[in-house]
Amino acid sequence: MIEIKNVGKSFQGKEVLMDISATFEKGKTNMIIGASGTGKSVLLKTIVGLFSPNKGSVLYDGRDFHASTIREQKIIRGEIGMLFQGSALFDSLTVAENVRFPLNIHSDMSESEKDDKVNFYLKRVGLENAAHKMPSEISGGMQKRVGIARAIVMNSQYLFCDEPNSGLDPQTAWMIDQLIHEITQEYNLTTVIVSHDMNSVMEIGEYIMFMYKGLKIWEGTKDEILDAEPKELKDFLFSNKLVRTFKGI
Amino acid sequence: MRRLGEYILFLKKMFSNREPLTTYVRLFFQECINIGINSLFLVGFVSLFVGAVIALQMAYNIVSPLLPKYIIGLATREMMILEMAPTLSAIVFAGKVGSQIAGGIGTMRITEQIDALEVMGINSASYLVLPKIIAGMAMLPLLAILSAALGIWGGYLATIFGNLSPTEDYIYGIQNTFVSFEVPFAIIKAFVFGFIVTSISAFKGYNVKGGALEVGKASTDAVTASCIAILAADFILADTLLS
Repeated sequence: MIEIKNVGKSFQGKEVLMDISATFEKGKTNMIIGASGTGKSVLLKTIVGLFSPNKGSVLYDGRDFHASTIREQKIIRGEIGMLFQGSALFDSLTVAENVRFPLNIHSDMSESEKDDKVNFYLKRVGLENAAHKMPSEISGGMQKRVGIARAIVMNSQYLFCDEPNSGLDPQTAWMIDQLIHEITQEYNLTTVIVSHDMNSVMEIGEYIMFMYKGLKIWEGTKDEILDAEPKELKDFLFSNKLVRTFKGI
Repeated sequence: MRRLGEYILFLKKMFSNREPLTTYVRLFFQECINIGINSLFLVGFVSLFVGAVIALQMAYNIVSPLLPKYIIGLATREMMILEMAPTLSAIVFAGKVGSQIAGGIGTMRITEQIDALEVMGINSASYLVLPKIIAGMAMLPLLAILSAALGIWGGYLATIFGNLSPTEDYIYGIQNTFVSFEVPFAIIKAFVFGFIVTSISAFKGYNVKGGALEVGKASTDAVTASCIAILAADFILADTLLS
């Protein structure tokens, strides 16, 4: 479980996050949604420790990340996996080497154990035949799947995804959403997804938090979201035809 | 001044929260190949021709019959060892390796590969930059030694094919009044220049913000800043070590 408490962040005097609190539960697909420029990615990067908050705290199963020592943070980071918007695969490494990379850094496994684990996770994401390809030789959807395999190869407890299906066709985007959802349940992960894609929200969102101009405006489930009151959320939701169809308007 | 402060903090960051030594050893040898061995041809080619041109121009300028012909060899040796080998190699190194480092790290920055390293708990500055700096400081002195040797050989070839002087005179010239400190002096210069080129280029790449345009600009800035720093350091080292 991840708790964020009263998190605030500003850049050069401009407040980007204002007093945000939320709880992301284990085994659930938690989603942070909102229009572009509302601070979703900044919040995600603050949660994973790429930014330090100006105030507030981020707790990983009770462990305050930003108040921890570097050694303690490194232990928590060993439990974190992250899928980036552009996949962020290392260009100079093959698919298998990318997945193996966190194992080389964090684990004491033998080479054969690492090989077995890499093969297992590549098979899990359906890429066992692409192990020796370079990232530039595979499609965007395959890159995302490699990113997922790399994110969970360390038996991660926490999975973060920044716009996991941006730039993908609807079918591949659906497949990536399903894969993230399955993996979350299969490995009982605490998954946090930043997205502005309402298709994803309606497919896999179990806990949803809506942000607007650095503020948390609403939280709830996908069953509740269509009847939510805040005007900002309604404006965001009903700009999407799929949601209008759901709602019957 | 602000950029200088950021540069110093960047260097400091490399030494905090480092990875195990074995990680760096492997990366160091990779970088030695990437930035050292792959620069061999260019540095060698430039040095050979610079040595030949120095010999040709010395012969052209010796108009007095009172000046001995061995001056050609002596001048080629002095210019190559004292200045051309370390400084010219460093300038070539900045153009080839500096832009490659800044472009490579800059691309990693804008494609979030550096963020991915940080999320994995890796000190990205240390992991990406430290092996490059150490490899640069190890390889540029070796390149400078090679450059000096090839430059002197280039002068020898020019003497033969340009019929500038008897080869015995050239050989005598490169041995005459040789001050052995010039070799460690050149190595010290190359060592410092190796640090300057790799650290400045990495700093420029690491701090890229934006897109492909900014990566290109960082590469150009890395070469420009490295060249300026090399020439300034060249003056300071010559003034300090030769006076």
